[in-house]
Amino acid sequence: MKKIYANASAALDGVLSDGMLIAAGGFGLCGIPELLLEAIKESGVKDLSFASNNAGVDDFGIGILLQTKQVKKMISSYVGENAEFMRQYLSGELELEFNPQGTLAERMRAGGAGIPGFYTKTGVGTVIADGKEHKDFNGETYIMEEGIFADLAIVKAWKADDTGNLVFRKTARNFNVPAATCGKICIAEVEEIVPRGSLDPDSIHLPGIYVHRIIQGSHEKRIEQRTTRKKEDA
Amino acid sequence: MPWDRNQMAARAAEELEDGMYVNLGIGIPTLVANYVGDKDITLQSENGMLGMGPFPFEGEEDADLINAGKQTITELSRTSYFDSATSFAMIRGGKIAAAILGAMEVDEKGDLANWMIPGKLVKGMGGAMDLVAGVGRVIVVMDHTNKHGDSKVLKECTLPLTGQGVVDLIITNLGVLDVVEGGLKIVELAEGVSDADMRAATQATIVD
Repeated sequence: MKKIYANASAALDGVLSDGMLIAAGGFGLCGIPELLLEAIKESGVKDLSFASNNAGVDDFGIGILLQTKQVKKMISSYVGENAEFMRQYLSGELELEFNPQGTLAERMRAGGAGIPGFYTKTGVGTVIADGKEHKDFNGETYIMEEGIFADLAIVKAWKADDTGNLVFRKTARNFNVPAATCGKICIAEVEEIVPRGSLDPDSIHLPGIYVHRIIQGSHEKRIEQRTTRKKEDA
Repeated sequence: MPWDRNQMAARAAEELEDGMYVNLGIGIPTLVANYVGDKDITLQSENGMLGMGPFPFEGEEDADLINAGKQTITELSRTSYFDSATSFAMIRGGKIAAAILGAMEVDEKGDLANWMIPGKLVKGMGGAMDLVAGVGRVIVVMDHTNKHGDSKVLKECTLPLTGQGVVDLIITNLGVLDVVEGGLKIVELAEGVSDADMRAATQATIVD
């Protein structure tokens, strides 16, 4: 089966539909599927729900889909760097489901692993627990959280081979692994597609079974908070 | 004189023991890394890294290497990377010995509020709820009062909670408070801060 597509639009052909749930990898602007997000914007698909830790910034990442009002709902843990996101949320235009970051990651992992629900201590006694099943284990209270089963997963990796085996780089791995696993279809954009056999099988971060379509492209890889120290401080 | 940010961070660093895996929050907690001295401390960044190094030199920033505050950082010889689900598995699983984080309000039952002001600021809880529910010890570092001079150390938090009964120790510019049965116990006072000063600035019940 051929998994490599020419570009982001070609890879998205036939998989987008209004109202779908998309799981997206990335943390802040690090390791986000920027090419696929741009192509989703151009496709004009609307009423999207996104499970994604953040919503990008106003002009990059998921933020570009907020500008065009293509997003109906976000499932996120942190939206602090996006003014348009806050404006739409506070005015009631955008639905927002706050998930604790680890709960969001585990909901994706669980969905990808065929687990419809799990219990966690995270959020007990907070608004997050409202309306959720509580259950005691060994004298401690836990709440039930549900696995996420997304219609589509979009992720960004460093390298792929043509079978979809993925390798990520440094902290750009983040949500890409759990997000990839929870989609019915997963599309990965990578910096480099390498020949089969050139990735060390012991060092594959995500086996190709989870990846259905692959594109290679050049990435802006924007830095959100450029923080440095002076040489003389060392 | 009450403690400044660096003195608060230095005091928090005293709570860390050799060999600990620790998660530091944004703001004053980040400064704690400057005061660990000879102790062998491994810093976790919940976006998927153990063994977080200092900020990079100018020109050596890497977009693929950031901390949970989205700042560019560096790796160390001990560094390992992993995905977000694995990261929070180690947090939830109790493998991280301590988290040091800031707060908007803390109360005498150890409840913590640091993520949301209803109708005003929508940021999100990020990984804070997972951290306070999962790590071995939660140490809060914050100013004792807000900008209006009101106590942030309360009988009961008024803001939406991050966690219930999760705080173990509170370090403020006025001193150190332990969360104990029935209230808070004064462990230490900043130099020049009297017991009366501490009690006057604290709304929570102080037990002896």
